[in-house]
Amino acid sequence: MKILVCISHVPDTTSKINFTEGDTKFDSNGVQFVINPNDEFGLTRAMWFKEKQGANVTVANVGGPETEPTLRKALAIGADAAIRVNTAANDGFQVANELAQVVNDGGYDLVIAGRESIDYNGGMVPGMLAALTNANFVANCIGLEIDGTNANAVREIDGGKETVSTTLPLVIAGQKGLVEESDLRIPNMRGIMMARQKPLTVLEPKGAAEETSSVKFEKPVPKGAVTLVSPDNLDELVNLLHNEAKVI
Amino acid sequence: MSVLVYTESDNGTFKKVALEVASYGKAVADQLGTTLTAVTINAKDTSILGNHGVDKVLNVTNSKLETFNANAYAEVIKQAAEKEGTKVIIVSSSADSKYLAPLLAVGLNAGYASNVVEAPSSTSPFTVKRTAFTNKAFNITSIDTDVKLIGLSKNAFGLKEHSASATVEDFSPSIPDNGVHVDAVDKVTGKVTIADAEIVVSGGRGLKGPENWGMLEELAQVLGAATACSKPVSDLGWRPHSEHVGQTGKPVASNLYIAIGISGAIQHLAGINASKVKVVINTDPEAPFFKAADYGVVGDAFEVVPKLTEKLKAFKAQQ
Ligand SMILES: Cc1cc2nc3c(=O)[nH]c(=O)nc-3n(C[C@H](O)[C@H](O)[C@H](O)COP(=O)(O)OP(=O)(O)OC[C@H]3O[C@@H](n4cnc5c(N)ncnc54)[C@H](O)[C@@H]3O)c2cc1C
Ligand SMILES: Nc1ncnc2c1ncn2[C@@H]1O[C@H](COP(=O)(O)O)[C@@H](O)[C@H]1O
Repeated sequence: MKILVCISHVPDTTSKINFTEGDTKFDSNGVQFVINPNDEFGLTRAMWFKEKQGANVTVANVGGPETEPTLRKALAIGADAAIRVNTAANDGFQVANELAQVVNDGGYDLVIAGRESIDYNGGMVPGMLAALTNANFVANCIGLEIDGTNANAVREIDGGKETVSTTLPLVIAGQKGLVEESDLRIPNMRGIMMARQKPLTVLEPKGAAEETSSVKFEKPVPKGAVTLVSPDNLDELVNLLHNEAKVI
Repeated sequence: MSVLVYTESDNGTFKKVALEVASYGKAVADQLGTTLTAVTINAKDTSILGNHGVDKVLNVTNSKLETFNANAYAEVIKQAAEKEGTKVIIVSSSADSKYLAPLLAVGLNAGYASNVVEAPSSTSPFTVKRTAFTNKAFNITSIDTDVKLIGLSKNAFGLKEHSASATVEDFSPSIPDNGVHVDAVDKVTGKVTIADAEIVVSGGRGLKGPENWGMLEELAQVLGAATACSKPVSDLGWRPHSEHVGQTGKPVASNLYIAIGISGAIQHLAGINASKVKVVINTDPEAPFFKAADYGVVGDAFEVVPKLTEKLKAFKAQQ
């Protein structure tokens, strides 16, 4: 089985979010970039398929040279090869199209992506990629087993979960639950050394069209100070929630 | 040319998000000087849609669509859009709509903007405001394609009433074969889900152990609220993973979010920031959550929560 894990390269969760150039560009100054948390769960599940079922695992990113440390980290965790499509990721459709080319050329059976990337939170790329490559698609995936060309998956739904069956080729959008958090791996020295020998192929983009464009960014208006209520005066809290906030 | 909204129902009854997309769709239709069409799938009574601005309902009834299937549902909406010659399609941010929207976008060659929070600031170019960086910022996005798809954030636009009635037309699209089969659904019944809740009561590590959740559940019950928790609480197994909210958990966009014994770490706040009003109960006046909250009680949850529950019970009894 050939697995492609899509990796988006995102600011660490604690990053301060700032913009430059008249609020049109994200300010990456001093920002630490990491593997998108949802993709880390997916990569870990892919490692399980590699170790238990002999799968071959490639990781891919659409982005500039600055994303290579993130791909190297995925190699150090255990992926066999990495691909970077050398173009800025500007729009979900464009990224999905570039990845579709990689999937079609590489003949992958299973594509593991994440529920959403924590920067633009589009939640677009996996579904679009499935549609563009005529693959089955399971979103909010929290469990996955593959047997031959059959797949059984568990999906989180509002208020519960759903068990589904489908067949390869398949794209999943994974999230926490796909593997236990305690199974997530930190690259060790040996992994880091081995990663240096593994191929990181840079592909030129096919130049997919963009369907949306970012005009500018805005920060939320700063919040007013909190209204403190004494624990001995909870009637006042009920009153505020009813008459001022009008939420009860 | 009308604007099209997909109004979701659950067991035949419209979800609140359906009425939100209708209200939003009406605003967009007015901006564009056109009418609003809604497509419904196995809904029982569509009359309420007129009250939220819908002019025409395309009513689909088909037993093949009894359980949700992203491909099939996307195909139904696509055929409705083609029939109406629609240029703007609007869906909600429910788990189902987020699942089908990317498929629909590809099917219609539509540029897709998700997590949209306001009516378009301009219709030419077509620009919308959406959340980015997990609610830490907004992005103004222009959708540059002829056909446009909008995913509306929950609880962002609100419900708008219009006194009108919609015409209803039966619509029978062709349904594709499904590649994904639902074998079993395991859904908690009789409990408010975090996704649908107007009020969420959430507990953190400050509650010390799973045995102390009774008082939270009681508070939630009085308020008709869903219960949620911080990440360590679900990691420790005190509460199910499905209750974990925050950046890596479920997003919360309720009217009221009550955080009890939660410190307010950036990853927690990122996921709940879209909630309108936040109340914090914490022993530590320096807890970062107080900076993000509207109302705060500095005090011990074990004293404050039962007292607050009593006060609310009395308040509800008066109403
Ligand atoms: C990549 C990443 C992703 C993450 N994603 C999430 C996420 O999605 N959601 C999330 O929640 N966290 C997430 N976290 C974890 C987050 O950083 C915090 O560790 C977590 O939110 C803290 O949980 P807590 O507030 O329950 O616990 P603590 O930080 O231990 O806070 C407990 C609070 O309870 C108060 N307290 C103690 N006793 C009482 C009492 N008797 N009455 C009232 N208050 C009391 C304390 O003053 C304290 O403020 C993530 C972390 C990382 C690194
Ligand atoms: N630039 C990218 N390169 C590779 N994969 C990506 C990229 N952007 C998004 N993805 C994948 O798509 C998922 C959802 O991202 P998004 O649609 O941006 O929210 C991510 O978790 C990744 O798996």
